[in-house]
Amino acid sequence: MKMLELDKDVVEISSKYGKSKDHLLRILQDLVAKKGYLTEKIVRDLAKDMNISPNEVYSVATFYSFIKTKPTGKYVIRICQTISCDLAGKEEIIKALEKELRIKCGQTTDDMLFTLETTNCMGMCDQGPAMLVNDEVYTKMDSIKAIELIREYKTK
Amino acid sequence: MQTAVESKLTVSINGKEFDARKGETILQLAKRNDINIPTLCNHADLCESGNCRMCVVEVEGQRVLQASCTTPVAERMVIRTNTRKVRKTRQMIIELLLAEHVGDCQTCKRNTNCELQDLAAEYGIEEVRFGKSQEKRYEVDTRTPIVRDNDKCILCRRCTQVCEEIQGVEAIKPMGRGKDTDIGCLFGLPLDETTCVFCGQCINRCPTGALTERDATKEVWKAIDDPTKHVVVQTAPAIRAALAEEFDIPPGERVTGKMASALKMIGFDTVFDTDFTADLTIIEEGTELLTRLKKALVEKSQVALPMFTSCSPGWINYIEHYYPDLLPNLSTCKSPQQMFGALIKTYYAQKKGVDPKNIVSVSVMPCTAKKFEADRPEMYDSGYKDVDHVLTTRELARMIKQAGIDLMDLQDSEFDDPMGISTGAAVIFGATGGVMEAAIRTAYELVTGREVPFANLDIRPVRGMEGIREASLTITDPLPEWSFLNGAEVKVAIAHSLTKARMLMDKVRAGEATYHFIEVMACPGGCLGGGGQPIPTSPEIREKRAQAIYTEDGAMKLRKSHENPAVKVLYEEFLKEPNGHKSHELLHTKYTPKDTW
Repeated sequence: MKMLELDKDVVEISSKYGKSKDHLLRILQDLVAKKGYLTEKIVRDLAKDMNISPNEVYSVATFYSFIKTKPTGKYVIRICQTISCDLAGKEEIIKALEKELRIKCGQTTDDMLFTLETTNCMGMCDQGPAMLVNDEVYTKMDSIKAIELIREYKTK
Repeated sequence: MQTAVESKLTVSINGKEFDARKGETILQLAKRNDINIPTLCNHADLCESGNCRMCVVEVEGQRVLQASCTTPVAERMVIRTNTRKVRKTRQMIIELLLAEHVGDCQTCKRNTNCELQDLAAEYGIEEVRFGKSQEKRYEVDTRTPIVRDNDKCILCRRCTQVCEEIQGVEAIKPMGRGKDTDIGCLFGLPLDETTCVFCGQCINRCPTGALTERDATKEVWKAIDDPTKHVVVQTAPAIRAALAEEFDIPPGERVTGKMASALKMIGFDTVFDTDFTADLTIIEEGTELLTRLKKALVEKSQVALPMFTSCSPGWINYIEHYYPDLLPNLSTCKSPQQMFGALIKTYYAQKKGVDPKNIVSVSVMPCTAKKFEADRPEMYDSGYKDVDHVLTTRELARMIKQAGIDLMDLQDSEFDDPMGISTGAAVIFGATGGVMEAAIRTAYELVTGREVPFANLDIRPVRGMEGIREASLTITDPLPEWSFLNGAEVKVAIAHSLTKARMLMDKVRAGEATYHFIEVMACPGGCLGGGGQPIPTSPEIREKRAQAIYTEDGAMKLRKSHENPAVKVLYEEFLKEPNGHKSHELLHTKYTPKDTW
């Protein structure tokens, strides 16, 4: 039997919400905010702490695109993939950024600076194509503006 | 009376009026009245989930089609099940499922027994308008007894439902979302890195070939075809009550004699019966129980009670993961399969004059966890791997078909001596409550010198399909050596399926249980509902298999394990005494705590 201690952050965060399954999503959000992403140990520790199946935790985590289960770059770029932004030309932006960052959508750059992925509707349909860099929203984007923006982040 | 009138509704299906019950679904009403509505995710053992949409019907006044499995009937509802719109929609649903379903029917284990294949045929699908992916997206892991091929998965979620609702294990779950959803374990880990108990209930519920057992037929054929090998087979009690289903015979037909004939024709050198070691288990386990009771009541020493049965390998895996603190309560007896394996390569090898290294020991089990059990490091007590290969009922059926044998045309034959001799008490091991009944028949007689006080030896209180059953028996006027049991009320409990086992175990852990002996079988219905049994399964099918098993018991000349003459000889010639030195060496074992998370 693995007698390793439970991760302190896991215990602290789950206790804050009373270790209740109803609050699993909130707990996962807080954990991602604190840890960046969920490791196997975090998932198993949380399951043990809450007395639920680790598969249940992982199932909920993978349902939501903002709950990360893989290491991500310092900046997570999310392009809206929902229909308005799609019609407004989100595909061009993705292609341009893939070329600029030399990664495919869903991947992270080797220097761990950028992760590129798509997201579902952010409610910016009238100002599409929309994208996020971490928590910052950028609207009415095109491929040139997107590349300029990313180059700015590179020098930050 | 008024409520009864109120709860009756009038509902029209396809222009005909039916009396419906308040609260029932359209699908339930249709089924009761023999109106066929196709289903995929719906299953008699599981809650309605409304995932697959195969069962859509038109409901007058509703803009879109409704899933009949989750839509309750309402007064004056007008339903149509065979309109053009319904047919076209169902066809499209099948086509969409096929577009994502990668794999050839011809090379699939579920070929000719696949619900998706049947529906595609029924709805005349000749092409898939959305194209059909030919590229495999998932790796198939064949290391564990349960093989998952997600390329064939249609995401109906029956497997995750049975794992959660009936077994309470949650070894697999839907991961991801939308088109990227797949069924699996956390971080894509293999099953053996979760708490999967390998019961195989997911296999029995899978409508396609996405879940199957790890194949052992090739190794078994290789052994049979090798003239230097002496291949011995044993068959579990539940096989005879279900094997015929693989040959299109309705559930409930016993084929004990035909199965023995088929095994001989396939080419096994010796055809034995696991029932022999089921009888042996009763002697060993019964003695163990009485010894524990004596220690507790007379010597007043610390001894783990209640004692739990240890025949079901899915249950063993479960207690190791979930109740490791209760492992001392588990009987130290190996399962009948493993007792058999250990004896084949020792007792039988000596008797027959065969070098055990040339013996290949094969078992036919209704179970996928038995494959896991046979591979356990604890199971090499003969000096060799005690059971080399485990076949499920389904795999045996495949071998019979490959050998060109028509099972139902065969004459009956007997199992070989001596390890083919058994009693009715052993046969009922295949049903929930059977081990308990067999144990009581023997223990009661051992203690009192009299037969159990039940008509025709049928201990009805422990039978049935209730998830948890309790019974008690007061011992009066015992033999002098058991006088300490005089007036004692022996309390027993039985659980089948692991959610029910969990309820009992929580009681034991909390110190609220007053039982002396608990029987647990991992699968619903016991071994007859095991993960290696013919597909499909349902409460009705399991009921019929149970009837077959109890009829077989009733028809046996010997009904009590301690009357098995071959077991008596085994003790005289080899083991010497129950729970003795030799028994402990070969027939008993210890299990290890494992991680719950």
